[in-house]
Amino acid sequence: MEPSTAGQRWERFSRRWSAFRDGLQDYYVGPYRQMFRREQQDEDDLFMIAVLGEALGVPDPAAYYTAELMPALWEDFHSWHRRMGIPRSPLDQIGCC
Amino acid sequence: MGSLILMIIGLGVMAAGYFVYSKYLARKVYQLNDDFVTPAHELSDGVDYVPTNKYILWGHHFTSVAGAAPIVGPAIAVIWGWLPALLWVTLGTVFFAGMHDLGTLWASTRNKGRSIGALSARYIGKRGANLFLVVIFLVLLMVVAAFAVVIKNLLISTPGAVIPVWGAIIVALLVGVAVYRLRWHLVPVTVVGVVALYGLILIGDKFPVVLPESILGMTPATFWILALFIYGAIASLLPVWVLLQPRDYINGVQLFVGLILLFGSVLLATLFSATPPNIVAPMINMNLPEGTPNMIPLLFVTIACGAISGFHGMVASGTTSKQLDKETDARFVGYFGAVGEGLLSLGTILAVIGGFKSVAEWNEIYSSFGSAGVNAFVQGGATLMQNGIGLPESLSATLLATMAVLFAATTMDTGMRLLRFVVQEAGEVFKLKIGKISATLIVVALGLGLTFSQGLGGEGGLRIWPLFGTTNQLMASLSLSIIAVILIRKGRNPITALVPLVIIFGMAFWAALVQLGSFANPSDPDWMLFALDVIIIGASVWVAIEAIIAMRKARDSEPEADGADAALTSSQKHV
Repeated sequence: MEPSTAGQRWERFSRRWSAFRDGLQDYYVGPYRQMFRREQQDEDDLFMIAVLGEALGVPDPAAYYTAELMPALWEDFHSWHRRMGIPRSPLDQIGCC
Repeated sequence: MGSLILMIIGLGVMAAGYFVYSKYLARKVYQLNDDFVTPAHELSDGVDYVPTNKYILWGHHFTSVAGAAPIVGPAIAVIWGWLPALLWVTLGTVFFAGMHDLGTLWASTRNKGRSIGALSARYIGKRGANLFLVVIFLVLLMVVAAFAVVIKNLLISTPGAVIPVWGAIIVALLVGVAVYRLRWHLVPVTVVGVVALYGLILIGDKFPVVLPESILGMTPATFWILALFIYGAIASLLPVWVLLQPRDYINGVQLFVGLILLFGSVLLATLFSATPPNIVAPMINMNLPEGTPNMIPLLFVTIACGAISGFHGMVASGTTSKQLDKETDARFVGYFGAVGEGLLSLGTILAVIGGFKSVAEWNEIYSSFGSAGVNAFVQGGATLMQNGIGLPESLSATLLATMAVLFAATTMDTGMRLLRFVVQEAGEVFKLKIGKISATLIVVALGLGLTFSQGLGGEGGLRIWPLFGTTNQLMASLSLSIIAVILIRKGRNPITALVPLVIIFGMAFWAALVQLGSFANPSDPDWMLFALDVIIIGASVWVAIEAIIAMRKARDSEPEADGADAALTSSQKHV
């Protein structure tokens, strides 16, 4: 076997080191992935209500600004209203289902 | 020399279990197959279903199942002598726990990562699944109450542990902030976190905190229990990244350090110490203190985790199965996970049988059933560590007490969080929307009620410990019966599951009956525990009948084809 150069050794070490770092990171976050996802979803749901407040009939002084955000939320709208226990889209202008 | 020989025998049996028996199970019984598409790949979602490196998954699995129970159980059970405890821990790990943990992991993997509760619905019917929820609720409640008392006892008996135990919360909070808010790299944060924790142990040892006789009108025992419940309630309500996640992580790292220290101490103390550890505990204790229950069946429920534990099946099927990269990894993750827990129990046994200077000292510690527990582990382990690695005895005691308390505390706050979810789910069944805080208050009220049911010293918490063992073993027999049904349906030999099933079910049922008699003792009746025990016995009979019906049905029907699970998987992919 040919002796490896210092560069190769360094490369091998840095590869192992980053694998170790990734592994440690995975060990840290792994058990809590689902909880983070759930909390993220709760936050997103709240944000969705804030943005859609005016459309759902709740007077919203910030509607002028939040209306701009609406197109960004269309994609998640269907799963959101189903998650909220509303089987059909509550908004006439969005016929997602 | 005796301790070292026992350690070598114990390690040898477990190694043989892993290298020989688990290989047999993997090849012949479970027939693990690399070609099977595991749920982690089939349903990969980056959240629950994530293919994970087997070493990391083993770390997750092991640290989730290892708590204070593999320390408390063996430390108490040594009262019957070291031989029964050693035999049950080693053989139990090899033929019971390993088989059970690998089996539940495999069964869940073959069923889209479904939990044991869901599997019981599929294989032994809906009633089995309902029963499962009741059992889970009881186990969690017992964990919360019992661990509050275990921690309280340690904080009082080892005042040096007070500062590191509560200081660990601050370390965890800082680790959480460093990783998530400041975005520091995990490696240096880990090193600093662990060093800080051990620094706190040094400080705690120098400044032990002994509470006055009366604090805010309470005894120290009542005060600590209340403080622990308040802490648990807050911890279970905080976002997980703030406290629970970094705390579990630091504890996980510490678990490995603790294991190395324990086994290393036995080795070094035997080889190099001027006073090598002698086994002062009797091989079989013929001189049992008054009131000690019979070894059979109580041994089998006193050492639950560390020999066989139904809780492992919950973890294996609840989260681990969803992250299994290859089916063949199940052998390492599931079986070796059980071996890890067995090692912790073995370490505890070595500490409580070889860590005392004389037989008289040992007899004093084991003066009544249940009097030893974690305290014996801390005292015995401290002497061992002093001899082995030269750490002063009081510092070693503080270190071990902190380790035991941190295990118990993480299990307690996770238990409270899970119990909160169960309360909220139960509320939904009755069409009641129970909020986070109300659910937590219900959990605290139930836990405190149970702990203080025998007096303000928290006597109720540990009296239910044998009931925890019984319930836990009942859960294990439920899981084993599911494994047996699956094996019979597949036309494979179910003996490897049936033998441990019959033994552990028989022992748990017998123990529950013995306890029922003691709770109904006219001179000192305990009707609450009596009621809980009746529920457990009712559930046992229920499980047994359901399981026998399911096994007979499985035996009488055509065996499943070899590729049944794969076929099920691919046909359901398009549903």
